[in-house]
Amino acid sequence: MAAVLESLLREEVSVAAAVRWIARSAQSSEEDAGEAAALRSLQPLRKEFVPFLLNFLREQSSRVVPQGPPTPAKAPGSSAALPGRPGGPPRGGRGARSQLFPPTESLSAAAEAPSARRGGRRRGAGPARERGGRGPGSLEEGVGAESLLWAGSRRPRAAGSPGSPSRARCDPPNLSNLEEFPPVGSVPPGGAGTRPSRRINPTPVSEERSLSKPKTCFTSPPISCVPGAQPSVLDSSPWGQGPAAGCRSLQEEREMLRKERSKQLQHSPVPACPTPEPGSTLPTRTGSLTAEPADPAKVSSRQRLELVALVYSACIAENLVPNLFLELFFVLQLLTARRMVAAKDSDLEPSPGVLDSLESPLFQSVHDCVFFAVQVLEHQFQVLSYLDKGTLKLLAENERLLCFSPALQGRLRAAYAGSVAKVSLAMPPSVQAVSFQPETDNRANFSSDRAFHTFKKQRDVFYEVLREWEDRHEEPGWDFEKGLGSRIRVMMGQLSAACSHSHFVRLFQKQLLQMCQSPGGAGGTISGEAPDVLNMLGADKLGRLRRLQERLAAPQSSCGPCPPPSFPGCQGFFRDFILSASSFQFNQHLMDSLSLKIRELNSLVLPHPEPSDEDGESDVDWQGERRQFAVVLLSLRLLAKFLGFVAFLPYRGPEPPPARELQDSILALRSQVPPVLDVRALLQQGLRAHRAVLTVPWLVEFLSLADHIVPMLDYYRSIFTLLLHLHRSLVLSKDGEGEMCFLNKLLLLAVLGWLFQIPTVPEDLFFVEEGQVDVFEVDTKTSEHGLDGVPVVDQHLLYTCCPYIGELRKLLASWVSGSSGRSGGFVRKITPTTTTSLGALPLRTTQGLQAQLAQAFFHNQPPSLRRTVEFVAERIGSNCVKHIKATLVADLVRQAESLLQEQLVTQRQEGGDPGQLLEILCSQLCPHGAQALTQGREFCQKKSPGAVRALLPEETPAAVLSSAENIAVGLATEKACAWLSANITALIRREVKAAVSRMLRAQGPEPAVRGDRRGCSRAFADQIPVLGPPTQHRLERGQARRLLHMLLSLWKDDFQVPVPLQLLLSPRNVGLLADTRPREWDLLLFLLRELVEKGLMGRKEIEACLDSLHEAQWPEDFAEELATLFNLFLAEPQVPEPQLRACELVQPNRGTVLAQS
Amino acid sequence: MILTKAQYDEIAQCLVSVPPTRQSLRKLKQRFPRLVWESWEDFRMRSSSSRRYRAEPGASSRRSEHISSQSQATLLSIFSQEYQKHIKRTHAKHHTSEAIESYYQRYLDGVGKNGAAPVLLELANEVDYAPSLMARIILERFLQEHKETPPSKSVINSLLRDPSQIPDGVLANQVYQCIVNDCCYGPLVDCIKHAIGHEHEILLRDLLLEKNLSFLDEDQLRAKGYDKTPDFILQVPVAVEGHIIHWIESKASFGDECSHHAYLHDQFWSYWNRFGPGLVIYWYGFIQELDCNRERGILLKACFPTDIVTLCHGAAAP
Repeated sequence: MAAVLESLLREEVSVAAAVRWIARSAQSSEEDAGEAAALRSLQPLRKEFVPFLLNFLREQSSRVVPQGPPTPAKAPGSSAALPGRPGGPPRGGRGARSQLFPPTESLSAAAEAPSARRGGRRRGAGPARERGGRGPGSLEEGVGAESLLWAGSRRPRAAGSPGSPSRARCDPPNLSNLEEFPPVGSVPPGGAGTRPSRRINPTPVSEERSLSKPKTCFTSPPISCVPGAQPSVLDSSPWGQGPAAGCRSLQEEREMLRKERSKQLQHSPVPACPTPEPGSTLPTRTGSLTAEPADPAKVSSRQRLELVALVYSACIAENLVPNLFLELFFVLQLLTARRMVAAKDSDLEPSPGVLDSLESPLFQSVHDCVFFAVQVLEHQFQVLSYLDKGTLKLLAENERLLCFSPALQGRLRAAYAGSVAKVSLAMPPSVQAVSFQPETDNRANFSSDRAFHTFKKQRDVFYEVLREWEDRHEEPGWDFEKGLGSRIRVMMGQLSAACSHSHFVRLFQKQLLQMCQSPGGAGGTISGEAPDVLNMLGADKLGRLRRLQERLAAPQSSCGPCPPPSFPGCQGFFRDFILSASSFQFNQHLMDSLSLKIRELNSLVLPHPEPSDEDGESDVDWQGERRQFAVVLLSLRLLAKFLGFVAFLPYRGPEPPPARELQDSILALRSQVPPVLDVRALLQQGLRAHRAVLTVPWLVEFLSLADHIVPMLDYYRSIFTLLLHLHRSLVLSKDGEGEMCFLNKLLLLAVLGWLFQIPTVPEDLFFVEEGQVDVFEVDTKTSEHGLDGVPVVDQHLLYTCCPYIGELRKLLASWVSGSSGRSGGFVRKITPTTTTSLGALPLRTTQGLQAQLAQAFFHNQPPSLRRTVEFVAERIGSNCVKHIKATLVADLVRQAESLLQEQLVTQRQEGGDPGQLLEILCSQLCPHGAQALTQGREFCQKKSPGAVRALLPEETPAAVLSSAENIAVGLATEKACAWLSANITALIRREVKAAVSRMLRAQGPEPAVRGDRRGCSRAFADQIPVLGPPTQHRLERGQARRLLHMLLSLWKDDFQVPVPLQLLLSPRNVGLLADTRPREWDLLLFLLRELVEKGLMGRKEIEACLDSLHEAQWPEDFAEELATLFNLFLAEPQVPEPQLRACELVQPNRGTVLAQS
Repeated sequence: MILTKAQYDEIAQCLVSVPPTRQSLRKLKQRFPRLVWESWEDFRMRSSSSRRYRAEPGASSRRSEHISSQSQATLLSIFSQEYQKHIKRTHAKHHTSEAIESYYQRYLDGVGKNGAAPVLLELANEVDYAPSLMARIILERFLQEHKETPPSKSVINSLLRDPSQIPDGVLANQVYQCIVNDCCYGPLVDCIKHAIGHEHEILLRDLLLEKNLSFLDEDQLRAKGYDKTPDFILQVPVAVEGHIIHWIESKASFGDECSHHAYLHDQFWSYWNRFGPGLVIYWYGFIQELDCNRERGILLKACFPTDIVTLCHGAAAP
C-alpha cells in the first residue's frame, strides 16, 4: 500500500488515476500506459489501500495533541507495509482493525493473548453484572458490559495492539527506550524485525473482545496517543472517564484514586500524568494548555501534503471511507491541534533524500496539520455548507482557517449567511398517558370480566411505575430493577390471557411512541412547533434560557463521532422495563406488534406534491410533507430499534463472541431461524421504490442492535452487502436530474457510516471484495414517484437522527473556548442542578395555551378525528393559496396589463426602460398583496367548517364538532397566511413580470428581453430520448413532463425565430404516439393545453391541426383514442385565463407575429 | 378553605380529644372559641389579599358570613376525618371479646337501672369510641345471645338503619340515641355524606352547564364501557390557571393527606392514566401542600374555578 502512496508522491501516478484505481476494479482505458503499469503490479493490494491510508494518517498524527476523543478508524488490518515489503503477512480472516505492528510481535503475542484476554474480560464485565449495573445509555444488563468495553475502547487509549502483552495502561512510557519508541522516520525499509512499534502505550488486554480473532474496535492510533497524553489525565474531558468506563483494571483505578488525592491536596490542576522522563517535553492535558500558533509560512512539505490531501479527499468524496463524519472529525482535530509533541531531533530534520517519501513524518508540525486539514476542508466544502448554522459560524470564525485559506473562509462565511439551518434539540416532552379509547379498550374487547379488570389494574401499575421512574431515575444510587423490578413482574404475571398481552403491548408501544418519538417531542403533528411557540415569545432572554436549558438538559453526548447504540432519555425506561419484565410472552407480542407497525409505516404513502418548476407555491405542501416524513421516519427508527433490541436480546450476552470453532455450529443453528421481520425484502423494496431515505435509517437502527453472529448469517450478510453498495453509490458531488437530494444522501451516509463503526459489525465488512458487492443492483437514480428525489430531509431531521454530527460543532466550540484561555477541556462541564423546574416551563401565553388546548382536544378523541382535521386544514390551506392566486393576483396582473398598455402608449413617444416600468408597476401593485391575508382568512373560515362537518361521523357531539371546525379553520389559516405573508409580494412580482415581458415581447423584440441563451439547447440535449427501441428509452412520466416544460419555455422565451409548432401535430409526429404503450394521452393533452396557455398556439390553430389528423390512416384503436382526446380538448371550457386573454388581445398568435416581423 | 399543613395540624391538635357527638361539637366551639376562631380569623386575614377571596366589592359582610359557615363545614369535615383516623387506630381494642363482654355487661347493668337514660351513648363517650359503632357491638352481642345463628352483616346493617325493627324495645331506643347523636359514623351520617356528595355533583353540573362546557357524566361513561369514571369528562378540554383540564372530580370533603393519597392512588392517577390531566374540587378545602401535582396533571381547587380558558374560535390562528 505504501508503494501506491510512494508512487503518488513521486508523481509517477496521478491522483485521478489512483482514485480510479481504488474505486474501480477494472483499469480504464484512459489511463496512460505508464500509470496503468505502475498500478497494475499493485493490483492485489487495491482494496487494502483505503484502510492503509486511514491508518497511515492516524499514525502520522499520533504526536498531535488534539481536542476531543480519539478518532478511530475502523479499518481492517491492512498491514502498513513498508515500501519494498508490500502486502505484509497474509491476513488470517478478519484481522485486527489496524495492524501497525511488526508482524513478528503480533504473532508471538497472539499465542499468549487468549488467556489473558479471558481474564480481563471477566474483570471488565464485573461491575455491570449486577442488575443495577445498567448505565443510562448502555443496552442492557448483559450487553452493558460490552458497551462499557466499547466506551472504554474509544477513550484515547493507546489502543489496538492486538497482541501486546498485558500491561497497565498507566505505565509511564519509556521514551528513552529506542526499541519501544524508536524515531518514526528512522526505520530502514524492509526490515520487518526492526519495525518499530508505535509510540503508544499498550492496551490492557481486558479490552480485547475476541479469543480467536484479535479484534478491537477503533484500533487505529487515536490521535491523542502521545506519550504524556495519558488517558487517565483526561478526566476533565467527557470522553475520558465517564461512569461508563467500567473496564478499567484495578490497578488503573488505584492509579486514578491516587491522582485524585494528589489533586485534592494540591488544589491546582497539576499534570497528573506520570512523571515525565527527564529532558522530554511532555504537554500537559490540563486547562493551562495553550495552542501553538500555526503559520502557513512554516509548512514543511506543501507538495506532499497537498497530494495526500487530494487522495484522501478523493477517497472521502467517492465514499471509499466507512464514515464520512468520522473523517471530518479527524480533519477538524488536525485543524484544531493544540501542538505537536516534540520528537527527537532526527524526526524533525529529515534528510533531503527522503523528503518526498514516507520515510519522514507527514506531519512535522502543527503548521503541517493545519495546512493539511484546510486542504481537505476545501475539497469538502460542499458537505460543510450543509452543516448547521452553528458549525458554519465556528468554522468561518476559526482564525487558523482564515489564516491558511481566506478563500475557503469567505465561502464558509457566505454559506453561514445563507444558512437557515438552525438546529436545536429541544426538551423532551413531559409524560402524557395514552388515552382510553372505548373502541379498543372497553369491556367488549376482553374475553372476560376478569381480563378486563386485570388490564385496568395493569394500566394503572404501568403508569405508577413510569411516574416513579420519572421522579427517581436521576437520583444517584437509584436502580430500576431494585426499585421497580418486582412490581413489574407481578404485573406481568397477572397477564394470563393472550388477548391481555396484546392489549398491554399496544399500550406499551403507544406510550413508547408518544414519549420517545423525537428528542424535541415535537410530534410534528398539529401544533408540533412547541419550541417555535417559545421562540415566538420573542424575548431574547427566553431564547437564552432555552439554550441554557438545552445545554443543561440535553444529554451530554460525550462519545465522539461514533457513539455506541444507546437508549437515551425516556427510551431507557422502556428498555429497562423489557429487561425487568423478562417475559417471553410479552417480548413475542411486542415483536409482533412492532413488526406490524414498522411494515405499516414503511409502506405509508407519503403524498408528495408535483414538483412544479416555477411556482413556489408548492412550498405550502412541502412543509407539511417534510413534517409528516420526519414523524414517520422518527417513529420507524424508534420502533425498529426496539424491535432489534428485543429480537436479538436472547443472543446478546456479556460473554465475548464465540470462538471460530464454535461459530460454525452456532451459524448452522441460527441460519435456519427465520428473521423476525423480513427486513431484506423491505430493503429491496425500498431501494426499488426509491424510498431508501425512509427505509435505510430505520434498518440501520434495527441492525445496530444485532449480536456478533448476525452479520455472519447469509441473510444479514446480503443486507450488509446491499447497504455497502448503496453507501458507495451515494456520491455527494453527483448532482443532477434523478439524483437523490443532497441532504437525503447525507442522512444515509451518516447513518450507514455510524453502522459500519459498530463493534458487532465485522471490521472487514466495509472493505469487502467488489465481486460480492456487485451481486445486487442498486440504483440511486430517483424516479418521479420515489421519496429519494424529494427534499424530505432537512438539517433538523439530520441532526435529530444523527446527533453525533453535532460533535463537529462541539469540537470547534471547544477550540474557541480553549483558545480564549479559559478552559482547555473539550466541553466545559456543566453540572445540571435542577432540570425539572426549567423543563416544565409552562406556556402561559394566550397563544401557547391555545395551542396546548388544541393539542389536548385531540387527546381523548379517536385518532381519526385528528387525521380528518389535519387533512382538511392541509387541503384548505393549500387551496387558499391557489384561490388567492386565481383571484387577487390575477386581478392585479390584469391591472398591470392595462396600466402597461397606457404606459406603452406614452413610452412609445418618450422611450423608456422596461426594467423601470416593471418597478413602477410592482411598487403600485404589491401593496395590494396585503389584502391576501384578509382574503385568505375569509376563505379558510368559509371553507373549512363545511369540509370538517362532511367528513366527521354524524354522531359527533356538537361541542366536539364545533371545536374541530375551529381548529381546522385556525390551522388552515395559519398555513395559508404563513405562506402568503412570506411570498405574496414575490408572487405578484413574478406574475406581473411575466405579464410585462409577454406584452413587451408582443411589442417586438426588445433588446433587454432578448438574452443570449445559445447554450440552452445543450442543457437538455442529454434528456431527449434517442430514437430507438422505445422500451429502453422510456422517460419517466415526470421527466417527460419536465422536458415538455423546458421545451415550452424555450419556445416561448428564447426562440427569436418563428417556431413551426404546427409540425408537432403533423400526422407523422402524432403517429409516433401509436407505437408507445401505454399511450401517453395525458402528456399530449398537457402539451396542447400548455401550448394554448403559453400563447404559443391559438385554439383555432390547434383545432385546424387536429382536423387535418382525421384524414390520416391510423390503427383503429388509436384513431378512436385520438378522437376521444380531441373531443376532450375541444370540450374544455375556454377559460379566459388572464395571461391568455392578454396575449390574445395584443397578439392572437405569437408564431405568426414573429413570422411577420 | 385552603389550609397550610401547619394550620391543619394546629386544628387537628385541638380536635384530638373531642368525642364525635353533637354536644361535643357545641362544646368544642365553647371550649376552644379563641383557639379555633383565632386561627380561622388569622388565616382569613392573611388570605384576604390573595385572589381566592377577592370577591365582588361591598360583599364583605356576606363574605364573612359565608366564610364562617364554610369554616364550620370545613371544621366539621376535618373533625370527622380526624376522628375516623382515631377510630381506625383504636378500633381493635374495642373488639376484643373481653371488651365486648364488659361493654355488654355495663349496658345490661345500665338499662337495668334506667332504661330511658342514654346508657349506650354515655358508655361510648366514656370509653372514647364512636356511639354508632358501640351500638353495633352491643347489637351484635345482643343478637348472638338471642338467636341461634350469628347474625349476618346485612341484618345488622338494616337493624341499624331502622332501629325500630330491633326486637328489644329498650335496645332499639338506645341504638337510636347513639345513631342520631353520632356525627361521624352510622347510617344517618352515611346518608348525609352521600347527599352532600350528590348535591355537590349537581352543583358542579349546573356550573358546567352555566359555563356552556359540554361534558360526559359518570353514567354516560359507564354506558360506553369506560373502566374508570371521573364525575365529569369535558368533551372539549379547558385550561385552568394555565393547566389543561380534561376531567373534573367533585369531592364534598376536606382534602387531608390521608384521604388525598388514597384518592390519588385509587382514582385521580387512574383518571390521568386514561384521560390526561384533570381537576379535583375539594369543596371543603384541602391542605395547600397537597396541590403539588399541578405540573404533572392533577390540579386541586376548593371551588369552581373562575379562571377558565376555553378553546377560542380560530384558535390556532396567529
